Amino acid sequence: MNVLELHYDVPGDDFTRAGEASSAIKNKLKQMGISPDVIRNIAIATYEGEINMVIHANGGTIDVFVGADAITMMLKDTGAGIPDTELAMREGYTTAKEEIRSLGFGAGMGLPNMKKYTDEFELKSEVGVGTQVTMKVYLNK
Amino acid sequence: MKEMIQLEKREFFHSIRLDASLCKGCINCLKRCPTEAIRIRKGKAAIKKEYCTDCGECIRVCPHHAKKSTFDSLDSMADYEYKIALPPPELYAQFNNLEEKSLVLNALLAFGFDDVYEVAAAAELVSEITRKLIKESHINKLPVISSACPSVIRLIRVKFPNLVENISPVVNPAEMAANAALKRAIIRTRLPREKIGVFYITPCSAKVTDIYSPLGTGKSQIDKAVAISDIYPRLLPLMKDIAANEGKYEFPKEINKAGRIGVSWGAHGGEAGGLLTDNYLAVDGIENVIQALEDLEDSKFHNHKLEFIELNACSGGCVGGVLAVENPYMAKVKLNILRKYLPVSGTRMDEKVPPYAYHDEKIEFQPVFRLGETVEESINLMKKVDELINKFPGLDCGCCGAPTCRAHAEDVARNLTTENECIHRLKKSIYKSSESELTVHES
Repeated sequence: MNVLELHYDVPGDDFTRAGEASSAIKNKLKQMGISPDVIRNIAIATYEGEINMVIHANGGTIDVFVGADAITMMLKDTGAGIPDTELAMREGYTTAKEEIRSLGFGAGMGLPNMKKYTDEFELKSEVGVGTQVTMKVYLNK
Repeated sequence: MKEMIQLEKREFFHSIRLDASLCKGCINCLKRCPTEAIRIRKGKAAIKKEYCTDCGECIRVCPHHAKKSTFDSLDSMADYEYKIALPPPELYAQFNNLEEKSLVLNALLAFGFDDVYEVAAAAELVSEITRKLIKESHINKLPVISSACPSVIRLIRVKFPNLVENISPVVNPAEMAANAALKRAIIRTRLPREKIGVFYITPCSAKVTDIYSPLGTGKSQIDKAVAISDIYPRLLPLMKDIAANEGKYEFPKEINKAGRIGVSWGAHGGEAGGLLTDNYLAVDGIENVIQALEDLEDSKFHNHKLEFIELNACSGGCVGGVLAVENPYMAKVKLNILRKYLPVSGTRMDEKVPPYAYHDEKIEFQPVFRLGETVEESINLMKKVDELINKFPGLDCGCCGAPTCRAHAEDVARNLTTENECIHRLKKSIYKSSESELTVHES
């Protein structure tokens, strides 16, 4: 299979740079001739994941695999992990601190939106080890 | 100019031209072009037609004046029996100590135009229709992005596929003015359309392009685009004469209509101000415009319910166009002074909104920046680009003729140029070969 791999490090210490990786992914996909609707969905899903990494896990990595029929995004961090993933998937549920929420983040829509805007979504997390989110979007629907 | 246009593909017609005899092949325009449309090939700055948005940055920065904007000659007035001038508000801002804009309008009549229709007056109609549009729009359709700056529309069309739908369906004020003025002319003169010439006095290159290759409308009702810089020195003596000899001329009063809202359109923030809402964003300067569109696309503004976005490719707004004469910031001061005692708005939509007020063609995304024809092909090319990029120094020096190392890698991947156009790479390979010669001698 012919697959293009893209790798991005998301720094955890600079809040003002959060969103840079998903913006770079978006612009790369535009050059690949991916349809605008798909780009929009991927941009939203990766942006939510990137923000989560910055506010909850002190950064992480994003790997994108672009194939002719699907795009897979793998987001990994070595943060505190999520104790109850089912609860975390609930819309509006958040553990973000007040100062983060006052900036307009941590509204408890991150994970639900990641699931909503992708065709396949998998969340794996272990407390003390980290979190891994894998999302897939099909190109020829 | 007509023949020239026939030679060009209508879709990507451009008003910006290169005078090759003046071009030194330096990197000034190459580095400043916001869409990376320029490449230095054979020592001259060539423009990639599909990438160019006619913003005029290259004209502004070229120290050798090799980049120019084409526009129509005033001599073309002789081609028509009845001639209409469409002066934009930024024209008023070119003159010193102008107290009444009627002086400019009357000078246009004295110059030989049969009628004058203020673009600022039409702009007030555009403002009125847009206010209604915003009020009736579903929240998900907001913000409305202004359709007034042709360069910005062309930028969105090639770079921001997900924002194309936000572009206002209302025509720009010049087109609105052309339609209204034509209607008036046909009633007055009963002449056939082709005997009436509609002349827009343009501040910039992008508007010249928009007349010959319009977006959103099949055909512009403007026949000629003449430059502010061309007509300005011819209006000055006429204005002096009119001011000195009151009573010598007789001018119709109804041509001087526009109020504060219309006149304000000439400078940054004016268009948005006419919408009478605070929930707007007004951005000027092409680099700032690109940043704002990126942020909008990345949902960075979603915490604020923006209703409207005004975007001007030129710093300062239309007063900053490359065909204007006065410093754009000084021009804004003059507009502020001029509008001081004007009524808020001088024009009102008296009946139903006419059909010509809206675009009759859909503006469609053009994926000109994609690497390959298919995703598969793009994947292969992108892999090649990523390999190539490691071979270049990352200095973005422009010596290869491309604005960045990445742009050069893309050009090489597309077989448009070769790796060794990179002078640093060439230097390395020369060192390498001389080193190997050394080793031979030593052994």
